Amino acid sequence: METIFKRPEALAAAPTHYCPGCTHGIVHRMIAECLDELGLRERAVGIAPVGCSVLAYNYFNFDFQQASHGRAPAVATGIKRGRPEMIVFTYQGDGDLASIGMAEIVHAANRGEKFTVVFINNAIYGMTGGQMAPTTMPGQVTTTSPFGRDVAQVGYPVRMCELLAALKTQGFIERVAVHSPKYIIRAKKALKKAFQYQADNKCFSFVECLSTCPTNWGMTPLAALDWLEKNMVPYYPVQNFKDLVEQGGGDAD
Amino acid sequence: MAKVLMKGNEAIAEAAVRAGGLCYFCYPITPQSEVAEYLSRRMPEVGGTFLQGESEVAVSNMLYGAAGAGVRAWSTSSSPGISLMMEALSYIAASELPTVVVNIVRTGPGLGGILPSQGDYLQAVKGGGHGDYRCLVYAPSSVQEAVELMPLAFDRADRYRNPVIVLGDGMIGQMMEPVEFREHEFPPLPPKDWATDGCKGRKPNIVNSLYLDPVKEEELNQRLAAKYERMKQNEVMYEEYMTDRPYEVLLVAYGTTARVCKTAIKKLAEDRIGAALLRPITLFPFPSARLYELAKPVKFLMSVEMSCGQMVEDVELGVRCEKPVYFYGRQGGLVPTPEEVVDQVKKRLGKGA
Repeated sequence: METIFKRPEALAAAPTHYCPGCTHGIVHRMIAECLDELGLRERAVGIAPVGCSVLAYNYFNFDFQQASHGRAPAVATGIKRGRPEMIVFTYQGDGDLASIGMAEIVHAANRGEKFTVVFINNAIYGMTGGQMAPTTMPGQVTTTSPFGRDVAQVGYPVRMCELLAALKTQGFIERVAVHSPKYIIRAKKALKKAFQYQADNKCFSFVECLSTCPTNWGMTPLAALDWLEKNMVPYYPVQNFKDLVEQGGGDAD
Repeated sequence: MAKVLMKGNEAIAEAAVRAGGLCYFCYPITPQSEVAEYLSRRMPEVGGTFLQGESEVAVSNMLYGAAGAGVRAWSTSSSPGISLMMEALSYIAASELPTVVVNIVRTGPGLGGILPSQGDYLQAVKGGGHGDYRCLVYAPSSVQEAVELMPLAFDRADRYRNPVIVLGDGMIGQMMEPVEFREHEFPPLPPKDWATDGCKGRKPNIVNSLYLDPVKEEELNQRLAAKYERMKQNEVMYEEYMTDRPYEVLLVAYGTTARVCKTAIKKLAEDRIGAALLRPITLFPFPSARLYELAKPVKFLMSVEMSCGQMVEDVELGVRCEKPVYFYGRQGGLVPTPEEVVDQVKKRLGKGA
């Protein structure tokens, strides 16, 4: 009988701890598929963050390091500079990458570190129980913004792709979403391109995945997918921001 | 090889290169920046890795990544920068990774000043970052000794899979002295079969310090504790000075202040006062057993430091509080003079200055 669907070799045969309806599993699977399809699994090193995906090292079937909060790009820099033949990626949430780890991600991108960043933006801190993130939407209720995010007090959500694309250094920067098959197909293409560029030793690559958190958003999984489409996609454009060019937004060159 | 005149920071850099410390991450801070400047030129010559990071926080996490991938990675900094590295050093110790960090200590607390100090003793010796861990700590008292300790530090880091700190001070880093680079031979090291260097032909390796299961966490804590006990059994290093003749005072000092104490002991001898020195070379593990033996004939001990007496408690523990332990030190970047130490010893002996 022909096998038409199976677990990728790069994905471990392990049950995850993720909540029902969480989109981490979709992104995990796509990463594993990309590494399998590109034949990179045996050279791969993933970096797990602090956050819901802290245990990601249990869910993949290749080498992993667990990083302190926000420092995954520095850890990846150490691995990639020390062993350039490795295929290195960080897997980071929005609190990890866009709050406590802002310095590390910006400087890794600006140095053009030749590793891949998979950025999960679900507009909230998941593991600690639904606090406001730097990417929380204006007016969004969280456990630390009970009256909704007040942009007069805490500013607007950070658009990481746009921020990093403003750097002059060459890179691949794309925002994708994982709330419907149409978007997921595009997301897979972006992830594969990111890993291909790394395998070709081309440039820093960054893929932001708009994701859901039904538990901390207080919604059913289906309602969460709909909320992402209606609230996040208009604010966080799903598009490519940079593809290899050495140019930043507002660059006069 | 003939002796060459070198600044401490540059000699430390060269010694590390010769010891195979070919992956170096740094952030500028006085008084250790010459290490980074030297290696920015030297690493390309030897095919090594040099990278100036965006902060000590990032640099120490680069160490974690590279060490985890099985690379001999190291860094240097000075006190405020070392504080920023403490989080990652805790992760490195917990993940049982080898690395070497050189601290060219300056004054503090806070931003302090850029002059020599020994005010980071407790941070280096008692853990420093969060959680239950220790670093092996070497304290050179000359540029030559710093050069000798670098290869040992790399070897022991690999052997114990633990961070090793070389605790210098601004004097050791900035002073120029003649040095000779000698070949160092060590027994073969075990293979780094735990490193994240690609899972081809084996199960995935995971570098991690997260233990949600209390039983597993306790196993780690006890494994680390056993490691530190092995260090206490096997790694204690010290120098004795003038302990082979009668003495009634034992000075205890490390690094720069130990050299001051040697001059003071010679001056005391001129006045027919017998004093000797125990100079710990490893600060953790501390040479407690030898200290206890050497203290038997003395009236008192004196810890001489460029701090407010951070080592005193280890001296008291070493002598099991059976003899008085006095302290003399200067702070703020001021170095005790031999005359000051002589006066202090005479005062405690009731012989007046």
